[in-house]
Amino acid sequence: MIFAAILAGGIGSRMGGTDTPKQFLDLGNKPVIIHTIEKFVINNKIDKIIVLTPQNFINHTNHLINEYIGENENIVVIEGGETRNDTLINSINYIDEHFGIDDDSIIITHDSVRPFVTHRIIEDNIEAAKRYGACDTVVPATDTIVESINARTIESIPVRDYYYQGQTPQSFNIKKLFNLISSLTEEESNILTDACKIFTLKDEDVYLVEGEVTNIKITYPYDLKLANTILEDRND
Amino acid sequence: MINIVYRLKSPKFFEESIDEIELDGVVVRPTHLSICQADQRYYQGSRPAEILDKKLPMALIHEGIGEVVFDSENNLKSGDKVVMIPNTPFGDDVCRANYSYKSKFRGSGFDGFTSDLIKLESDRVVKLPDDFNNNVSAFIELITVAYQGISRFNEMAITPKDRLGVWGDGNLGYITALLLKEMCPESKVIVFGKHQENLNLFSFADETYRIHDVPKDLVIDHGFECVGSSASQSAIEQIIDLINPQGTINLFGVSEYPIPINTRMVLEKGLTVQGNSRSEREDFVGVVKLLTENPQLFEYLEKLISNVCEINSLNDLKEAFDKDSISKFGKTVLIWNK
Repeated sequence: MIFAAILAGGIGSRMGGTDTPKQFLDLGNKPVIIHTIEKFVINNKIDKIIVLTPQNFINHTNHLINEYIGENENIVVIEGGETRNDTLINSINYIDEHFGIDDDSIIITHDSVRPFVTHRIIEDNIEAAKRYGACDTVVPATDTIVESINARTIESIPVRDYYYQGQTPQSFNIKKLFNLISSLTEEESNILTDACKIFTLKDEDVYLVEGEVTNIKITYPYDLKLANTILEDRND
Repeated sequence: MINIVYRLKSPKFFEESIDEIELDGVVVRPTHLSICQADQRYYQGSRPAEILDKKLPMALIHEGIGEVVFDSENNLKSGDKVVMIPNTPFGDDVCRANYSYKSKFRGSGFDGFTSDLIKLESDRVVKLPDDFNNNVSAFIELITVAYQGISRFNEMAITPKDRLGVWGDGNLGYITALLLKEMCPESKVIVFGKHQENLNLFSFADETYRIHDVPKDLVIDHGFECVGSSASQSAIEQIIDLINPQGTINLFGVSEYPIPINTRMVLEKGLTVQGNSRSEREDFVGVVKLLTENPQLFEYLEKLISNVCEINSLNDLKEAFDKDSISKFGKTVLIWNK
């Protein structure tokens, strides 16, 4: 089976000026999270969409889905976790409990605040996760990357050609992901904020899927303003 | 739903832009597209400046196929292969929708097919058999233009159709001559062209001639002009010379310039001149049926493909247009991975 996990667990501490998590703010005439979910709803290959939100936003999210998308038995809203990994584990536990985990099942994990993800990116994720067991969506780094350990001076300037910026989705063979997460020590768990990093730490290959420069993450108020401007500009 | 569209912002410059589509028709993921001369004229900036100002930014390409992602009416299944119809009527009219002022055309009046997804009304797609050659299917739209013209010719012509002359040794001339052989099997198809190396490919035609080397006693019953541009003038002139009285002249070639026609001889011979442009749903259905019943046509049509370009980035798209512009013959097919 193919599952999508829309990660909306964060409370958006970086957004500022508002108490509403950024995924619930409007982009055009719909909340950001609805735009994101729609991309997965129209993909018929996806059997179940699991939306993970803070506990106190579950009802709100359900209301929004009913209002904008309509009743859809393929979507379920459950509680996310404290950290990104916890949220991911909650989605895997949900799958295990309701469907069981077989050798071929994959999960596409996606930030709820990346509503500009394309159909092509999702399709490429499905393909790569099935074939290689793990993939990450990336775009080549355009800015020069500078490494500094002490935050005052440059330690090194790596060759930019070897560096990419990570986006989402990140997609995995669920069984493989589950086994790797289970094998983490508590110390490892605390530092591994990125699911792909779990794979690389355990010497497992993660395949690159080409992202899009438009697949931006709405993190700051500026991002939402920019996204709204781009969207309003569409018919000019 | 949010959609990413790749538009030509100004000549030779593409950019990503964001659009929104409603989920009330059919949503298609484009897979194989094909460049037309009309796209090339926008890309090169050879349309008049005021037209470019008015129409750009706009996604190009109106020839293409794709896979159904979503159908609100559930008539089509996800993954079904479909050809997309670029002509889009906005209201009924007394004329065919491909000639109606109430219709808009993809890549001309509104966005063409270079996007992540395309939303169309359910009657703007025609399902294709799975075994259709994808690269050839990419330019089915061009085939439907020839089909549309030949269908109307068949309704209109009153004199015998023994000898049909096709002027033009390019893509449209090739397709028109090939379709005439299928749709008018009793007729002889004679092709007139300028380039011997192109004419050599017309092996299915009954006769081929270089335009400056035509036997003096040669006559035709009806003529098909597939030349376009300023050269249309000499082609039409030669058709009028060689055509029998009350024949039809079927015009297909687009010209940016006004073309003078010897009306004195049009009157004297009682000729009918018919213009042809674009096509409608029945033409797509007709071509799909024709290709299904005559699969050998794919082999002939495949000869037209001169470039197959994989498009993973906007730079790839630009390179494909540049490559297409220097090709003297044939179609450029885009494998759409963007």
